[in-house]
Amino acid sequence: MAYAIKKPGRTVADQSYVVEAVKGLGVTFKRFFQNTIGPAENRKTATIRYPEETREYPERFRGVHRLTHRVDGSPRCVACLCCSTACPAQCIYIEPAEYEADDPRHGYERYPRVFVIDELRCIFCGFCVEACPCDAIRMDTGTHVPASWKREHFIFDKETLMSIPGKDGTYVTANPRHEPGDPTHPGLDRDKAH
Amino acid sequence: MDLGWLVLVSILKIAFVIGVLLLLFAPVLVLAERRQSAFFQDRLGPYMGGFPMPRALLDAIPYLVLGAYVVAALCGVMFAISLAMVATGNGQDVLFTEPVFGIEHTWGGLMLVFFPLAVIHLVAAKILPFLFFDGRLTIFGGLHALFDAIKAFTKEDIVPPRGDKFLHSIAPIIAMVPAFATAAVIPFGPTIYVDYLLEQLPADGAIGGTAIDIQVANLNIGILYIFAIAGTGIIGAAIAGYASDNKYALLGGLRAASQMVSYEVTLGLSLVPMFMLYDSLMLPDMIRWQGEHVWGVLVNPLAFVLFFTASIAEYKRVPFDAPEGESEIVAGYFLEYSSGKWLMYMMGEFIEVAVSSAIIAVVFLGGWEVPFLTRAGWEAFGYRFDLTGTGFDVVSNVANSHLFIIIVQVVAFLAKVMVLALISIQVRWTLPRFRYDQIMSLCWKLILPLSLVNILVTGIFVLLFQQMGW
Repeated sequence: MAYAIKKPGRTVADQSYVVEAVKGLGVTFKRFFQNTIGPAENRKTATIRYPEETREYPERFRGVHRLTHRVDGSPRCVACLCCSTACPAQCIYIEPAEYEADDPRHGYERYPRVFVIDELRCIFCGFCVEACPCDAIRMDTGTHVPASWKREHFIFDKETLMSIPGKDGTYVTANPRHEPGDPTHPGLDRDKAH
Repeated sequence: MDLGWLVLVSILKIAFVIGVLLLLFAPVLVLAERRQSAFFQDRLGPYMGGFPMPRALLDAIPYLVLGAYVVAALCGVMFAISLAMVATGNGQDVLFTEPVFGIEHTWGGLMLVFFPLAVIHLVAAKILPFLFFDGRLTIFGGLHALFDAIKAFTKEDIVPPRGDKFLHSIAPIIAMVPAFATAAVIPFGPTIYVDYLLEQLPADGAIGGTAIDIQVANLNIGILYIFAIAGTGIIGAAIAGYASDNKYALLGGLRAASQMVSYEVTLGLSLVPMFMLYDSLMLPDMIRWQGEHVWGVLVNPLAFVLFFTASIAEYKRVPFDAPEGESEIVAGYFLEYSSGKWLMYMMGEFIEVAVSSAIIAVVFLGGWEVPFLTRAGWEAFGYRFDLTGTGFDVVSNVANSHLFIIIVQVVAFLAKVMVLALISIQVRWTLPRFRYDQIMSLCWKLILPLSLVNILVTGIFVLLFQQMGW
């Protein structure tokens, strides 16, 4: 049903604009003093002094990559190339290599002789983390790639990636690693028959 | 006064005025403009610019703050002991007349030294932590204004290829010079009687000796000079719009010219009632009238509102900034300006804020007059601030001395101007811009008739009071 909309009446004070302008000034001044000299809990300031003060990223934030360590400090990565295959930006370059002959892992699994991520190419989709069967590459560092002034500084090699700790400060992951030869190791090895 | 002395004093005055405008008002207003707006928009604003400070100094700050509280506490103890001894009546001689360590008036002297020291220390303790941020001296973001200026000056200076190079270069100068020139007639403080600096002046009567006004030129046309000079600011904006070879700039220049010409009329007419009240065009006379009677804003608040509005519009500030309206004509008449020339426009605008606030403070807020402070000292309802014979006579002697009164009055004037300037900057961030036709109809259809009515009514009252012999 049609009905007449009642227009708000305008008083002389509204029309003169002076009263309303002073009211407006009151609003802005109140907010100004609230955010400057008022008690800290009433402040509504939304911004921070960024480079010096930082906010914590959310838990599932995909930050800069890291390569997790085994207990002995070697990379967990077995150079299966799953991550570089899954990578839509093709920013991962891996050169696999065999362990030395006296290493128990020789002939069983490989290790990355070269593991390079071009952080400028990376789109931080997290597919490499999803693809990794060994939990060797993770993005749980809670930081982003630091700014730099040289293109080369963004090409992270294996040592750089392994030097970045996780958000909890450790270099390993919470997931257990069953080395070949461990009784818990579920896989096949040379001594066990098929 | 011989000629050389006169020239020296004039140069000192000019240096004082320019120094106050450039070193006090320009940076503070730039800072206010950028951080005041930020704070009530829930932002922090620019705070980064600063000078790195040596580690040792930064490490010492907590100890300095601690020291401040220790000094203040010592002063409190001293004050309590003195009060107790004076109150019991047996200590007055010991405190103020008996020599301590063989020096007379030691206690009184120590109090005089220690109290300001304690106050300074406490203020410093409150302020010091805010001056530094992340190992840099930032002065609460104040140095950002300096770095902004340096950045602007070192940028590339671009003249439009088909613009008029000479006019384009000279326009910012023409726009900035009136802002400084108007400051020439503004009295920053009372007359200084150089021969009696440390003495108490008589309450009334002429005073001989050398007298210096804290004013570059006390012209007998006074405020008319301000209107005349402010009117030339139009040329700067109009030439800038013309020389830029840009249709938006031209539109901005046209808008600026017509708006400033229109508001020039109302600016003068809205002040005419005040001339009639004060019976003078000279700014110091206006201030003296207000000191003897009451502040002008209380006598004629309508004139205050009209003049405040007209002065904002005359200097093209928000909400009357249609000449530079970003949403319509990009930046108006200084659209094609960059680097130092742009900075000159901005600086001119801030100086204009300060100067117009100073004019309002002089005409409506009593200039350098402070309530209860006369030429002869502090006085309220017939009671004079005088502690002679109580032992604290040093305090009242200092407080009533000519030099101290001058300092208080100059600081009071600067404070009034600063408050007015901050309010007008707050207006800038509060009110939305008027449409161009609204600006014009406000001028010709509202402010002009109202100021004419105000002239008529004030004239009737002035005549009435004259007839009644007030």
